[in-house]
Amino acid sequence: MGKFNKTGGRSLPKLNTSSLPDLIFSLLFFFMMVTTMREVALKVQFRAPVGTELEKLEKKSLVTFIYVGVPTQEFQKQLGTESRIQLNDSFAETSEIQDYIIGERASMKEEDQPQMTVSLKVDKDTKMGIVTDIKEALRRAYALKINYSAAKKQ
Amino acid sequence: MAKGKREVPELNSSSTADISFILLIFFLITTSMDTDQGLARRLPPPPEQNQKSDDIKLKERNVLTVFLNFQDQLMCGGEYIQVTDLRRKAKEFIANPNNDPKMPEKTTIEVPLFGPTEVTTNHVISLRCDRGSSYEAYILVQNELVAAYNELRNELGNSKFGKVYAECDEVQQESIRTIYPQNISEAEPKKYGDK
Repeated sequence: MGKFNKTGGRSLPKLNTSSLPDLIFSLLFFFMMVTTMREVALKVQFRAPVGTELEKLEKKSLVTFIYVGVPTQEFQKQLGTESRIQLNDSFAETSEIQDYIIGERASMKEEDQPQMTVSLKVDKDTKMGIVTDIKEALRRAYALKINYSAAKKQ
Repeated sequence: MAKGKREVPELNSSSTADISFILLIFFLITTSMDTDQGLARRLPPPPEQNQKSDDIKLKERNVLTVFLNFQDQLMCGGEYIQVTDLRRKAKEFIANPNNDPKMPEKTTIEVPLFGPTEVTTNHVISLRCDRGSSYEAYILVQNELVAAYNELRNELGNSKFGKVYAECDEVQQESIRTIYPQNISEAEPKKYGDK
C-alpha cells in the first residue's frame, strides 16, 4: 500500500500574489477618479428633491454650495428644528450670504468669476420662505447662476 | 570563486498589497460618489434703485401665471390643476399651435436654418409661490416647466434635424433656442399669511 502512503506531507503550491498590489492599485485609481473629495461636514440634514430634467454641475472649482435644512441631531438641542442655512462649516443667517458670496468670488481666478455657480442644496421639506430670502441675497450679490440640487428620479 | 551567477535577493513585496489597501480605504472614506446634478436657473439682476416697480406691463395673454400656495396646491392660468397636467398646459402655452387669441402672440422673426418663423418671443411663465409652500413641490413645478421646454425643443429638433436637442450641434441648438426661449420668471413671493 505504499502507493498511497506518502511520507513527508505534500504542501499545497503557493498562490502567486505578486499581482495583488496591482489589482488593488487599479481599484484605488478607479475610486480616485469617480469620486470627489467631501468638502464640508454636513451640519444640516439634507435629502435632495427629485427631478427628471437635471443638468450636471460642470466644474467643481466654480461652484459654491449653500446647504439648507434642519440641523442634525447633535445641534438640535441648541438650535431647534427650524430650517437653518449652512455656509462652509458653520450655521449662518441670510444676512451673511451676501458677504460670503462676495468673499468666495474674490478668492476665484478673475477669468472664472463670471462663471461662478451657486448650488443650493436644500432639503425637500424646507419652506420656500427661507429659499426666497437666499435667492434675494444671491441677486443682491450678483450671483445669478444658480443650481437647485436634486436627485435623478428613478 | 563560487560557481554560477550569484542571484540578487528578491525584494519582499508581500506588504505592498496591504499598503495599497490602506490607501484605497482612505479614499473610500474621504470621498463621495455622488455627482452633483440639479436644475440650472438664472436669476434676474437685482432691481435698480430708481426703478419704481419691476412689474413691467405685459399683455395678459403673454403671461402664464403659475402659483403654488402654502398647501402645495397649484394654480395655473387662473384654474386649479394637478402638477401632472402642468407640462401639457405649459407646452400648449409656449408653442401656441392653434394661434389661440388667449395664448401668447406670435411674431415672425428670421431664424438661422429655419427661415422666417412665427415665434412666441414675448411669452413669460411667471412662477410664484407662497413662503409656506414646500421646496419639494416647488422643484417639482420647476422640473415640469423645464421638461415642457425640453420636450418642445426635442420635438422641433426631431422634426427638423432628425435628432434630439442635446445631440444637435451649436448652431442648430442656438436656432432652436431662438424659437423656444426659456422665459421663466421667478417673482418674489407674496406673504399670504404666516410661514
